[in-house]
Amino acid sequence: MESLKIKAEVIDHDDLRRIITRLAHEMIERNKGTERMLVVGIRTRGAVLAERIVKTIQKIEGKAVPLGILDITLYRDDFRKRLRQPKVQISDIPFEIDDRDVLLVDDVLFTGRTSRAALDALMDFGRPSSVQLVVLVDRGHRELPIRADYVGKSIPTSIGEEVQVRLLETDGEDCVLLVEAPKEEA
Amino acid sequence: MGLQSRHLLGLEGVSKDDIHLILDNAVSFKEILKRPIPKVPTLRGKTVLNLFYEASTRTRISFELAEKRLSADTVNFSKTGSSVAKGETLKDTIRNIEAMNIDMVVVRHAAAGVPLFLTKCVDAAIINAGDGMHEHPTQALLDMMTLREKYGKLGGLKVAILGDVAHSRVARSNIFGLLTMGAEVMVCGPKTLMPYGIDEMGVEVSYSVDAALEWADVINILRIQLERQGKGLFPSIREYHTEFGVTKKRLEKMDKVITIMHPGPINRGVELDSDIADSENSVILKQVTNGVAVRMAVLYLLSGNEGGEESS
Repeated sequence: MESLKIKAEVIDHDDLRRIITRLAHEMIERNKGTERMLVVGIRTRGAVLAERIVKTIQKIEGKAVPLGILDITLYRDDFRKRLRQPKVQISDIPFEIDDRDVLLVDDVLFTGRTSRAALDALMDFGRPSSVQLVVLVDRGHRELPIRADYVGKSIPTSIGEEVQVRLLETDGEDCVLLVEAPKEEA
Repeated sequence: MGLQSRHLLGLEGVSKDDIHLILDNAVSFKEILKRPIPKVPTLRGKTVLNLFYEASTRTRISFELAEKRLSADTVNFSKTGSSVAKGETLKDTIRNIEAMNIDMVVVRHAAAGVPLFLTKCVDAAIINAGDGMHEHPTQALLDMMTLREKYGKLGGLKVAILGDVAHSRVARSNIFGLLTMGAEVMVCGPKTLMPYGIDEMGVEVSYSVDAALEWADVINILRIQLERQGKGLFPSIREYHTEFGVTKKRLEKMDKVITIMHPGPINRGVELDSDIADSENSVILKQVTNGVAVRMAVLYLLSGNEGGEESS
């Protein structure tokens, strides 16, 4: 991978921990407890964040909240444009989602297309009583009428920038970087 | 990430990475089949033609289900009741059908090489669902998926293929695929049902079913094609059963568990006894379930934008 020009570190290790703690508190508060709550993370980094949120909720409330993982590859809307198909990974939702409040977790909210795909994927598993969107970073530039219910941090960006979420489990460190978008490859 | 080829004509020459890619994807597709709504919108807008010039139940239904689970539109063609009966050539048939905008063709034909021929006639991606005595790649892939599921790996596994190896496209695809994946393969059957040049394929050859069972972790039992009976290849069905049939008695002599596979349809009491086919060591129905998942993976992986005109 070529080295990208890093413009700023917008969230560091400690910030991230505090944000997750705050998001967990907000989620518990707004749902009046964890009783009907399910947390579903969107692969790859949303799933890692979802796992951390579930652990945090466990610490706060002393109750385990079911955790699921959603792979949205097959629901994407740019399918017909792609030359090569990405590998499909397993979605793991080992519980009924009917009549529950599903907290859908993703790392970055950008155009809203991933969230749209995730909503479609989720509906194939059942009919939740509500779906709430949790994102670590909202960077703007929506292309669809979608908004997040819980936002870690809003970061205004220009279209030529990219938000890189790096997590211990997948990237070896905890931080969020604002970088110059790589030039279109020829 | 993607397959090396636009078509799936056989497993001969297909790389280990590509086989892994198909099997890994198939595992994910298997999960979809267990959902309350076992359908994803991925191939919406794609049209798949099932071109079956030869009788088929399982393969055809399996492909059709796989296509429908991926939301593709499907059209079916069978030899009887079509223009073939009026004398139209294969090339004309396929070119006419392609003129109606088909993205992929799943083809089965009694003549080897028909899938390859089709790649030269039309632009659509071609998937071989069995051509003559040549190959039946998706069957071998589902066999390998079933084995990988059970043993966690294919490398080092000892797989014996028993029966009419000479006329079997299933055997050929399995030999190519399993050897690529690092498994050991033995073929076993009467000498008259062994193909010419089998020694050069890199497999062990045995003419004793007991020796094969002694050697194997897995036995894949081919269907004795009853229609070949009377061509003098073996004296009688009963004699075949006595010499090569997999029976409880034979298996009980082995002090180990042997996994039983069969591509179907089974001739119960000929190549395989009923109590063994339905025993706990039989994975025959698992093979069928995995068939849909494997075919979904193949359709998905081959559905990339052909020609690359919109490569972004």
